Amino acid sequence: MTDEPLLEMRNVTQRFGGLCALSDASFAVRAGHAHGIIGPNGAGKTTAFNVITGIYAPTQGDIVFRGQSIAGQRPSHIARNGIGRTFQNIRLFRNLSVLDNVRIARDARSAYLWPSALVQLPSARRAEKENIRVCAELLKQFGLGDVMHEQAGGLPYGSQRRLEIVRAMALQPKLLLLDEPAAGMNSAETLKLVEFLRWVRDHFSVTMLLIEHHMQLVMSLCDRITVLDFGATIAEGTPEEVRSNSKVIDAYLGKETDHE
Amino acid sequence: MRFLQIPPPRGVLLALVCFALSACFAIEKFNIVDDYVRFILITLGINIILCASLNLVNGWMGEFSVGHAGFMALGAYLSAIVSAKWLVGANPLWMFPLAVVAGGLLAAVVGLLLGMLSFKTRGDYLAIVTLAFLMIVKSGIENISYVGGPRGFLGIGNETTLLWTAVWVFLTLWVIRNLVYSRYGRGIIAVREDEIAAGAMGVDTRKAKLTAFVVSSFFGGVAGALFAHQLQFINPGSFDIVKSTEILVMVYLGGIGSLGGSVLGATVFTILVQVLQPLGTWRMVILPLVLVLLMLFRPRGIMGLREFAWFVPRREFPKKEEEK
Repeated sequence: MTDEPLLEMRNVTQRFGGLCALSDASFAVRAGHAHGIIGPNGAGKTTAFNVITGIYAPTQGDIVFRGQSIAGQRPSHIARNGIGRTFQNIRLFRNLSVLDNVRIARDARSAYLWPSALVQLPSARRAEKENIRVCAELLKQFGLGDVMHEQAGGLPYGSQRRLEIVRAMALQPKLLLLDEPAAGMNSAETLKLVEFLRWVRDHFSVTMLLIEHHMQLVMSLCDRITVLDFGATIAEGTPEEVRSNSKVIDAYLGKETDHE
Repeated sequence: MRFLQIPPPRGVLLALVCFALSACFAIEKFNIVDDYVRFILITLGINIILCASLNLVNGWMGEFSVGHAGFMALGAYLSAIVSAKWLVGANPLWMFPLAVVAGGLLAAVVGLLLGMLSFKTRGDYLAIVTLAFLMIVKSGIENISYVGGPRGFLGIGNETTLLWTAVWVFLTLWVIRNLVYSRYGRGIIAVREDEIAAGAMGVDTRKAKLTAFVVSSFFGGVAGALFAHQLQFINPGSFDIVKSTEILVMVYLGGIGSLGGSVLGATVFTILVQVLQPLGTWRMVILPLVLVLLMLFRPRGIMGLREFAWFVPRREFPKKEEEK
């Protein structure tokens, strides 16, 4: 494994009018790692995800993915480039079948052009059949094979979260961004999720960047952790280093009265 | 209706299409039906094309365009110019398809421009943009004396036969089906379901919107061309907001995002208009009332987001060993 980071945020600032959601935030994600982003509410974690995936173009700074700047590129371009993501509040294509949800992501890897789609040339048909086969296989691997033809919006909550991960994995990403994967889960379910995420990481050799409030999950899964507060990086290191960092403790629990 | 839920045996669809086309040919060759019935059948065909093509934008993409009559007007006028001014006396066997395709292409190019203009507008705003487009087309044509201005365009040949209409209907349904069940179509549907998630899953949302607009307006133009050569007279007043509303009624009656729904909506609408003919102007009270009731009790239309299995490619059905 090279020392070159897979993803690097370089002094990224993101302003919305007067609000500064990210101010000069920097961190690097190494290939093969599970990297956690933690921080109090409103620290800019989800904004960081939205800047990385191209929903916002950063006001200042640069984002480098696999040695190339991706700051300000269109979301579809960044996704095809190898960054998949899930959302904090699930964003599935609710009216479509589970299989079609995955197929839409996988379509980024089919290459046939619209003329052959409109008149159904054999190349388009083959690509479609291949797409269905691969997606069905992927769903089976993730334990969603039985509900493949059901409507995505009708799945139970846990399966919907899982489906969002399958959908992102259908892009064959190098980097998977998970926005609070354990939201709404109890401790037992969270433990299962850790096992599941480990399996995903090893089985698909994907690098993970995840936002999470469940410390149990973050501490047991992540190789490195970045702590954001008020849009800035205040600490970075291994779980042990972060756990004992005084700035982090201050940010979470509040400082003792050393200022007005 | 159980048989419509399972895919037809292989080859049956093709046989049905061939049968329908030869029936259309025979009807005209041997004068099997009277002129009134023939006129209604052609109107039905044009309505199916209009409904299915508008459904692409308003149903599958989930936007709200009220400009479809504008694309129809572009197709109608250009095809009329081609057939009645530029290629007078040419053999209609190749001249008429050429005129129809020219009309469709003009509409498609304008649809592309309108689509680019409206990238950033959604919902109500897109409705206003398309409304403005409709007004521009109508008043634009009114000011071109070459095509008769507000008096209208006279002397268009009676070229829209039952057979040509049927050919274009099948072509429209086939192409839209192919599009909807391709990666481009799924991109269009993903935009409707969640535009942000679509982008994050690699869907080029701009390209998806443009594709929907271009294909939709092409067939809008084709329908306009058939319409012009059916009535043999067109004027700007035929392509106003009322015409657009009629197409909208068909789409929301039949069901959004459904080819079967488009055919059903167009058929029910065409028949209703004829059945209610004796009521005169009261017709225009009853039809909108139908729409109001529909929106209240079945907002997605009769077939909303569902499909007759006969309009679905075979590969979309679960394989035998998966069914249990």
